[in-house]
Amino acid sequence: MKEKAMQKGVSVIVMDDRDHVATALRELVPGETITCEVQGNSVSLAVNQPIPFGHKVAVIHITEGDHVRKYGEVIGRAVCDIPVGDHVHVHNIEGIRGRGDQAGGEPSSAEA
Amino acid sequence: MSLTFQGYRRPNGEVGIRNHLLIIPTVICSNQVCNRIQQLVPNTVAIPHQHGCSQIGADKDRTFDVLAGTGKNPNVGGVVIVSLGCEVVDPTQLAEEIRKTGKLVEVFDIQSVGGSVKAIQHGVQLAQEMRTKLDAMTKEAIPFSELKIGVKCGGSDATSGLASNPALGVAADALIAEGGTIVIGETTEIIGAEHVLADRCRTTETADDLYHIVNRFEKEVERMGADMRGGNPSPGNIAGGLSTIEEKSLGCISKCGTAPIEGVIEYAESIPQGGLYFMDSPGNDIECVSGMAAGGAHLVCFTTGRGTPTGSAVIPVIKITGNRICAERMADNMDVDVSGMLEGSVSLQEAGNHIWDEIRAVSDGQLTKAEVLGHAEFSINRIGPSL
Repeated sequence: MKEKAMQKGVSVIVMDDRDHVATALRELVPGETITCEVQGNSVSLAVNQPIPFGHKVAVIHITEGDHVRKYGEVIGRAVCDIPVGDHVHVHNIEGIRGRGDQAGGEPSSAEA
Repeated sequence: MSLTFQGYRRPNGEVGIRNHLLIIPTVICSNQVCNRIQQLVPNTVAIPHQHGCSQIGADKDRTFDVLAGTGKNPNVGGVVIVSLGCEVVDPTQLAEEIRKTGKLVEVFDIQSVGGSVKAIQHGVQLAQEMRTKLDAMTKEAIPFSELKIGVKCGGSDATSGLASNPALGVAADALIAEGGTIVIGETTEIIGAEHVLADRCRTTETADDLYHIVNRFEKEVERMGADMRGGNPSPGNIAGGLSTIEEKSLGCISKCGTAPIEGVIEYAESIPQGGLYFMDSPGNDIECVSGMAAGGAHLVCFTTGRGTPTGSAVIPVIKITGNRICAERMADNMDVDVSGMLEGSVSLQEAGNHIWDEIRAVSDGQLTKAEVLGHAEFSINRIGPSL
C-alpha cells in the first residue's frame, strides 16, 4: 500500500486508484458535496445518506455482483446496485471469504 | 554503534526486559492457591487458566507448550509451579522443560503438601526466597537486534487500517533494520489478504505454508456452516465501519511493515531470531498475545480503534490508537496516540517514529499503561474437546 498523504481538513480518503469507495474522516451528512481523488482525477460528489466517521461512501457506481475494492484489493461483493454517494456497508456488500453459511456445512445454531 | 537498552541477561544467553516471578498452575484446580500466593508476595504474577486436565493429544500438548513457553519467556526470571497432583499436565516434565533455560524453578503439589492452607504457606515461602534472588540481579546494555516484538491489532475500526497499522509497520521496519525480530499472527485476519503476504514470503515453501494455514482455518469455518461476519469482523468492528473480513484483513497486514516473511511457525512455537515471522494463531486478542509470549516475544505492540485494556502476564503490551475519540475516552489505556495522521498534523513517518521511541523506552524499563493498571491477561488456545 502506498502512502497517501493526508491534508488538513479533508473529509474523505481514497486509498488506491482502483478503489470504488472512500473512507469518511469525519461524519458526512446527506446533501453535502465532498471532493476526492478518483482514478487520478479530482472528483466532487454529493453524499446521499449519513456516513459515520470511518465508514465508506461509493465514489464510482457499483453494479450488483461486482467486486468492491478498497486498498486496491477486493473487500467483498455488491448485493445490489450502489449509486455514487451511497453509504457502502453490510447492507449492500457481503464478504466472499469465510462463508461457511454458503458451503453446505453443518448448521451452527443451538439445535444440537 | 548499535542502539541498546538495559535488560537482564539470562543463564542461556537470552535477554529479558522484565524480571517477573511467575506462578504457574498446571491445572485449573491449582488456580486459587496460585492467586493467594500472588496476593501475599509482592511483584509476582500468577496465570490462572481453565485447562490442564481432561485433555488429550495435540490439545493437551498445546496447553503444555503454552505453559512451558510462558515460563521460558526471557522476561521471566523465576517460576513457581503449583500442581494439584493428579492432572494430565505433568508438573515434573513442565519444571524440567523450563529449567532448560537455567532459570530458577520450584514445583510442588497440593495433595502431597496437604491441602490449600499448607500449599499457600509453602508457595509463599518459596516465592519470597526466589523474589529476593531475582531482585539482586542487575541489568546490562543489550542491542536491539536481540529484541523480539509481536504486532497485534484488536478492537479494530477503520482508523486501524488507515493510521495505526501503517504507523506500526514503520516501527516494525525500524526494529528489523536493527537486526531484530517481528512476529505477526492472527491467521483469521489475513483471510482475503493472504495473497499480498504470500508475495512477500522469502521462499515458495513459506508461501505454501501461509496458504495452508489460511485454508485450514477457512475449512473449519465452513465445517461449522457459519458466516464469519458477526464473529469476525465483530459487531464493534462493523459499527466502526469494517464491512467484511477481507476489508479488515487488508487493513491489518500493514502493521508488520514491509520486510520479507522468513517463515511460518506454529502457535506458541519458539520465534527464530532476526526478520519477520508469521505465527499461526487465532485473532482472539488474549490467545494471540499469550501465544506470542509463549514463543518468546519480549513485548507486543497492539493497535486499536475501538479501544481495549488488554495486557499480558509476562510481557508489556503497548497500546496504539489512530482514533482521536478512543485516545481521549480511553486515555487510561492508550500509550501512543497517532490520530493526528488522519487530521493531517502528523505524517506516517512521524507516527512510526513515535511508536519506535515508545518501544525503546518500554524495552528500557518504562511501564506501559496495561502494566501500571495490573492487566495480566493470559489464555490458552484450545484445539480439542474437554473429556
